Amino acid sequence: MNLAGFFANFTYVVTTLLLVIGLYGMIGKRNLIKKLIGLSVFQTAIFLFYIYGAVQPGGTVPVWDARFAAAAQYINPLPHVLILTAIVVSVATTGVALALSVAIYRRYGTLDETALLERMKRDS
Amino acid sequence: MTHIPVLIPAPLLLAAFLVPLAGMLHKGLAAAVALAGSAAAAAFAVLGLGKVIAEGPLHYELGNWPPPVGIEYILDPLSAFMAVVVTVTGFLSLVYFRPSARHEIPDRFVTGHAVALLLLAGLSGMVVTGDLFNLFVFLEIASLSAYALVAIGDKQAPVAAFRYLILGSLGGSFYVLGVGFLYFATGSLNMADVAERLAPIYHSRAVIAAAVLIAVAMALKMALFPLHLWLPDAYTYAPSAVAGLIAPIMTKVAAYVLIRVFLGVFQPSFAIDHIPLLPAISWLAAAGIIFGSVMAIAQQDLRRMLAYSSVSQIAYVGLGLGMANPLGLVGALLHVANHAFMKACLFFVAGSLRYRTGSVRISDLAGMGRKMPWTFAAFTVAALSMIGIPPAAGFFSKWYLLLGALEVGNGWFVAAILLSSLLNAAYFFRGLEDLYAKPGGKEDESRVAEAPVGMLMPTLLLAVGILVLGLLNSLIVTEMLMPVASGMYQR
Amino acid sequence: MEFVLASRPLLAVSVSLLAAILIVVCGRWPNLREGWTLLAAVTKFGLVFSLLGDVLGGRTPGVTLFEVSPGIALALRVDALGISFALSASLLWILTSVYSIGYMRSLGEDHQTRYFASFAICLSSTIGIAFAANLLTFLIFYEMLTIATYPLVVHKGTAEALAAGRKYLVYLLTGGGALLLAVAWVRHIAPTLDFQPGGILPNTTGATELALLLILFVIAVGVKAGLMPLHSWLPAAMVAPTPVSALLHAVAVVKAGVFGFARVTGFVFGADMLQRSGVINPVAALAAATILLASLLAMAQDNLKRRLAYSTIGHLSYIILGIVLVTPDAWRGGLFHIITHAAMKITLFFCAGAIYAKTHRENISELDGIGKQMPVTLGAFGVASLGLAGVPPMGGFLSKWFLAGGTLAAEQPALLAVLIISGLLNAGYLFPIVYRAFFRRSDQFTKFAEASPLMLVPLCLTALLSVGLGIFPDAFFHWFSLASETAMSVLQDTVK
Repeated sequence: MNLAGFFANFTYVVTTLLLVIGLYGMIGKRNLIKKLIGLSVFQTAIFLFYIYGAVQPGGTVPVWDARFAAAAQYINPLPHVLILTAIVVSVATTGVALALSVAIYRRYGTLDETALLERMKRDS
Repeated sequence: MTHIPVLIPAPLLLAAFLVPLAGMLHKGLAAAVALAGSAAAAAFAVLGLGKVIAEGPLHYELGNWPPPVGIEYILDPLSAFMAVVVTVTGFLSLVYFRPSARHEIPDRFVTGHAVALLLLAGLSGMVVTGDLFNLFVFLEIASLSAYALVAIGDKQAPVAAFRYLILGSLGGSFYVLGVGFLYFATGSLNMADVAERLAPIYHSRAVIAAAVLIAVAMALKMALFPLHLWLPDAYTYAPSAVAGLIAPIMTKVAAYVLIRVFLGVFQPSFAIDHIPLLPAISWLAAAGIIFGSVMAIAQQDLRRMLAYSSVSQIAYVGLGLGMANPLGLVGALLHVANHAFMKACLFFVAGSLRYRTGSVRISDLAGMGRKMPWTFAAFTVAALSMIGIPPAAGFFSKWYLLLGALEVGNGWFVAAILLSSLLNAAYFFRGLEDLYAKPGGKEDESRVAEAPVGMLMPTLLLAVGILVLGLLNSLIVTEMLMPVASGMYQR
Repeated sequence: MEFVLASRPLLAVSVSLLAAILIVVCGRWPNLREGWTLLAAVTKFGLVFSLLGDVLGGRTPGVTLFEVSPGIALALRVDALGISFALSASLLWILTSVYSIGYMRSLGEDHQTRYFASFAICLSSTIGIAFAANLLTFLIFYEMLTIATYPLVVHKGTAEALAAGRKYLVYLLTGGGALLLAVAWVRHIAPTLDFQPGGILPNTTGATELALLLILFVIAVGVKAGLMPLHSWLPAAMVAPTPVSALLHAVAVVKAGVFGFARVTGFVFGADMLQRSGVINPVAALAAATILLASLLAMAQDNLKRRLAYSTIGHLSYIILGIVLVTPDAWRGGLFHIITHAAMKITLFFCAGAIYAKTHRENISELDGIGKQMPVTLGAFGVASLGLAGVPPMGGFLSKWFLAGGTLAAEQPALLAVLIISGLLNAGYLFPIVYRAFFRRSDQFTKFAEASPLMLVPLCLTALLSVGLGIFPDAFFHWFSLASETAMSVLQDTVK
């Protein structure tokens, strides 16, 4: 195993790990809130990916300074901006999901997917 | 530079903000503002289409920032066509929304209108934008609105909405991850710019990963078999007005994104030869066509039958795209318009049935042909079109898709298209038999009359539209779709 | 006026569509409603008849509407084959409409508005099929005919009718699917979809491709044309009211099938391509088998209409056989048989319906001695039976004569034997009915009590037509010349 490669790409490894954990949460867990947590973890992994991609080794904050003329000397601000948008989307999504969970709990008294499907079938 | 591209989502966004304010004064005013905004968007879309056919693509730079630095909105024949389909169908759905929402979801009347407008704004924004990340923003606007709208329906609606949310957000996240890969590989987010910059790096793993991620994301949003799991419940339990809004256009816009990305941004040869993405899509679509039709036959609930039918129909679009030839693409795009009209009409009918009888079971259609003659005349036209009887529109989508399949020489696709027509006949004629041949049920005779005008008018307009689309399809194909298709495949 | 003259083909197709709308609107006033049907039928016939002069003069008037697919327009063109079919359908519609009025009112049937409106749309589609100038127009009207006939098949609304309707749809929509594929395929390989005598397929088409394509077309039109084993829907569809069985399932729908077969073989494939495909002999064998099997099955039926249904299946295969033999006499005979069989079969169905309306009896075993009560009806039945068996001087004899000549010219004496045997079988399943009606005593039928004149007059007229076609095959309508002309235009290179 190429340890040097592993550590050089450490962030990407963590990103992948988080993606997988998030996916597992969304699919493998029965509780709706846990699914939501899985989604959150998944989305956070994506944020991490973008932000890491913005990194410039030795770069400074993306505020224009006459001393640093080359673009490669600044951290790329664009991914940060994109992620701000994505975070807002994520927050909104989580908000909607939590509201839905409240509504579901009020109607069915459970947040367990299997139990829910059973009760829904009885309603049809 | 012209303003028309941005004037398509803009009135919808503006109206979305004004509707709650208007609603505080008077509910009817809220609906009126919504209709006005939607009508304006549709008008601009049609105007834009006319201009594009006459003069060529229209560009708009947001904030006057030139691309590729700034965000650009483009109306080319493809996006203009999609914009017209989305806004016109959206307008008719909003007309229908008013009486239906007043009956089914009265305490959400005003907010329902506002969120519906946000949905339309998101969808039309997705269609006109020329920037990959901007597309994500609009995608999420539309998706969140959809989750919320689905949730205000029946008792089971929030659960259906939750599943839709999880799967939909997964899709959106995959998309943004894919765009991230593309950005880091090419350094740009503007579609045209990325297309140029991709040229030397098609072999890089980042690009391939990006392609696969975006494809999976859009396949999920499009409910392409086997990623369709969120659709049946969502369409079944949503309020009738919402089903009529989402079902015709939501999945189509996702299909549009696939077309735009894999034929417009990536070179077609990438998705065909380099990684067998389009072939994979076409096979899954063929399976989806049959799967959706078979599942639809087994349903007792009219809405669920229509939902599975939608899975099958969007797979036609997937098949046309995946076939990778101009005729197939023409068939796919024509079917986008045709199916929008057909499915909207059918869901409107289901909603009208529920409005008058409170029921949604197919068996309760018995004898309704006499009690609601106009509504079910429209149903008959839409059903015959879905089966593929000329001269209704549905026949012509199948015609072009068949021609495309013959061109590719794939017998399985041919078989899938023909078999699905028969399967469609099976589940629609069950409904038609009940409607006309069986005697009526036990409902109170006096209560059941024709649907109210506000619901009947859009239904009938769509039914007429189905016939018009069918008869005039050649005009649409030669003026708009063939240029798009041959343009894309020439690259 | 100029415009009206030029657009006669289009008017001929659409006059009954307009009538259908008027029929629905006037549903509450039966006499007015029926008036629209009759007016439309007479107008349609008048328009079609006026086009006859043009065709006999060597012209092929047509109307091209807008494009429905890039390069292919919705187009109508009237040639000898088309006008022959259109004349018979529109003439017989007038008689059937009068008959329908009598039948429906005698029995007090429900849903008469739906019935008459659907009938009008069916006739519109039929004329559209007859006048279609290209394969796509043909396909469009062909499918419209399927859908328009459905309400008529399930008219009674009983479980049996609905089941028959479902069977009908499965068969005909499958045929429609095969037709769609076949037409798309032709589009794929040929430069045009316009019908041309002698064919439109390129010379470079390989034998296997031709074979597959022809098989698809055979399935497509064979369903409507009752070619075995695609025939089962026909006997099941007898559950429909008799006027429906009479016009549609003896004259319009099934004849659209054989007409389509003539169009495809003569105007899409052409004699050369047919030979190259190597499918001619299997199809001929299938047609021959159908003729014999159908005649045998007819003998086994007690239900009168079902017996007539199997008889129809057999006679349709006469036409298919004639067409597939690709010799001039075979074509003359086959195409003329479209007309003679229509006249004779419709007479038989009219009689069956009159009997049912008057006595509510459907089975042959119950009809002993009915000649005493309904001599005119049974007389007409007898006349038509003679024709179907091929007895001179009936029209049926003439068409069979030419078919026989065609089998000899094609050097297939076995097929001649099939024709002769079938004639005997026809006699075997039709003559006993007449014999038992007149020469067996029965207590139930003692006094003269014919069905309403609205039914009686049409069936006498069609019986007279059956005789007339044999003695004066070209009188008024020039049907025989039209058949001959079509045969020559299609087979000009192969005349031996």
